[in-house]
Amino acid sequence: MTDLYQSQRAMRRMRKQAMDRGVIAILDVGTSKIACLVLRFDGPERFSGGDGVGSLAGQSSFRVIGAATTRSRGVRFGEIDAMQETERAIRTAVQAAQKMANLRVDHVIACMSGAQPRSYGLDGEIDLVDSVVSEDDVARVLAACDVPDFGDGREVLHAQPVNFALDHRSGMNDPRGQIGNRLACDMHLLTVDAHVVQNLLYCIKRCDLELAGLASSAYVSGISSLVEDEQELGAACIDMGGGATGVSVFMKKHMIYADSVRMGGDHVTADISKGLQVPLSTAERIKTFYGGVVATGMDDREMIEIGGDTGDYEHDRRTVSRAELIGIMRPRVEEILEDVRARLDAAGFEHLPSQQIVLTGGGSQIPGLDGLASRILGQQVRLGRPLRVQGLPQAATGPAFSGAVGLCLFAAHPQDEWWDFEIPAERYPAKSLKRAVRWFKDNW
Amino acid sequence: MQPVAAPEPAKRDPAPTRLAYRLHRLWLTPLFRSLLRVGLPSFCMVFAVGWYLADQQRREELGLVFSDLRRAIEERPEFMVKLMAIDGASGELDQDIREIVPLDFPVSSFDLELEEMRRAILGLDAVAGAGLQIRPGGILQVSIQERIPTVIWRSRDGLELLDGEGHRVAPLGARTDRPDLPLIAGDGADAQVAEALALIEAARPLAGRLRGLVRMGERRWDVVLDRDQRILLPERGAVEALERVIALDQAEDMLERDLMAVDMRNADRPTLRMSPEAVEELRRVKTLETGAIKG
Repeated sequence: MTDLYQSQRAMRRMRKQAMDRGVIAILDVGTSKIACLVLRFDGPERFSGGDGVGSLAGQSSFRVIGAATTRSRGVRFGEIDAMQETERAIRTAVQAAQKMANLRVDHVIACMSGAQPRSYGLDGEIDLVDSVVSEDDVARVLAACDVPDFGDGREVLHAQPVNFALDHRSGMNDPRGQIGNRLACDMHLLTVDAHVVQNLLYCIKRCDLELAGLASSAYVSGISSLVEDEQELGAACIDMGGGATGVSVFMKKHMIYADSVRMGGDHVTADISKGLQVPLSTAERIKTFYGGVVATGMDDREMIEIGGDTGDYEHDRRTVSRAELIGIMRPRVEEILEDVRARLDAAGFEHLPSQQIVLTGGGSQIPGLDGLASRILGQQVRLGRPLRVQGLPQAATGPAFSGAVGLCLFAAHPQDEWWDFEIPAERYPAKSLKRAVRWFKDNW
Repeated sequence: MQPVAAPEPAKRDPAPTRLAYRLHRLWLTPLFRSLLRVGLPSFCMVFAVGWYLADQQRREELGLVFSDLRRAIEERPEFMVKLMAIDGASGELDQDIREIVPLDFPVSSFDLELEEMRRAILGLDAVAGAGLQIRPGGILQVSIQERIPTVIWRSRDGLELLDGEGHRVAPLGARTDRPDLPLIAGDGADAQVAEALALIEAARPLAGRLRGLVRMGERRWDVVLDRDQRILLPERGAVEALERVIALDQAEDMLERDLMAVDMRNADRPTLRMSPEAVEELRRVKTLETGAIKG
């Protein structure tokens, strides 16, 4: 069992504590912005308006009471690059959100997009002791999965059981209480670079916050921007962030694959900056105001003043046509999407029953992106926005916040992970006191 | 890489410093916040008041200011009582009341102890009930219910007027001052005035001859008529006994005869006591009768 495995257990305890207290913050540490939302949990009965599942598929047990976004600093490719700067940016966001909520938050759930996630499919099977599957059996079958050698300096970020099979029956969500002889399970394991995670943990600790959970932003954007049938039948969520583009594939409501392409909107901005010889801030402004990926005849005539402050009149009065701008942006966007295509091909995305692709994240707001994406990724492409959650400010409902909103949903309804189950007794050291305690607990 | 040496701040950093961040979090802590917003001001206030009042002289000054203020309000003309009006009291009682309630008007109504004054007035013998009221216009209204003397009691100390309940009303100089009132005498007679009045009422047919009632041994009554005739009445059923005597008198003119006393103490055996002359006369008459018979 690794270090992060233990700390994941600790995080789950933190999360429970935060739920008891009713307030938790979520922190999306991205390359271009850091978003902090403060959630208040009032219990599920508070918002359930009548019978049935309740509004928003029962996911409305919380309410956003504080929201703040700040420009990210010191983050590159979704990884912390300059720690002091990132810490300051996190402090800014957290303080503003606290101020809006008028509440102090101590527990935070964070997500990040970088750290080179790698997916592994694991499987394991055991013979059941008695024929009924108990919770302990689930823990044992999860422990029986062969963990591949993912190398030094890698940590497990997610380890989610995605499928259980009992004898010849497969595709079970919950095998507990069912009768059979052999229990098998498939698990999706997502590993990330340990140092990146350590840096993020350290930054959050420096802000006097307790980490109550950690998630991959590709995963949480998938939760928030894929609708239920897409999650069920198979879909890929492409979260086009600033420094990294996350890819997550969902099937039967479980994430079965996640990856990230280390390119994003910042690279497009950098291309514009280089191509037009303008500062990065101007390039960002030009990109957001005039950007696009499909040039039309009209775009040749639309001239954009790109400005400058050198004092040289000719230099400062430069203009560029929108077609030229699109000519700069398009190759980079194509490159990103082709990279995504390669990752999806590697994941075997074409074998899924439905091959819906959902583009989300701040980069997905480029006009004409869906047309370009459908040429590269396939016909079933749509632009996704995050689910609406209660109390979220209008400014934070755009696709750039799908990670943050997904993290809210993740906080409210976390997926069962490996560490949510008790460690099977035989995994403890032979002379452990804990083992004795467990034995007593199990037998009385 | 960022410059390691302290970079000069080119622009204002939007990020809060660690200190500002921590202070903000501290400020958002509910306990700390309530302590600072409620606890600290209240502590300061209590401390300041306590410190101010710690000095004896200041306390006294404060008390003085307070009492002056109180005095000023009490002595406003609206609260002043300028005269006392006494209703239902005769001239003498009026004087008595004014004597025992010595007030030098004008006086503030806050200073009047009405209940105490009422108790003092009720202490007067001649007063049956008293009501005190401060009427608008600064008038102390005293409503008196006087005791009405119904009987004169001749006690060992002299003559006294009693009301119907035997309560002392006033001393009396001479019997002739109030010839209209009946007279009772004897120790303990004042405790049985009601019975005495009933007897006097019953003795109305004898009114012309009635001298008074005497309480004998603090247990029964004697009716005293003129010519020193007495009707000795029992302890219980005195009125009925008296009525029997009166009936006898009306039938036989008994009391007109030379009797000294009619003893009704034993109802089964009424007894007449005749005067010695009458006995002598009777004896003589009897002797004559017997002599005549013999002779």
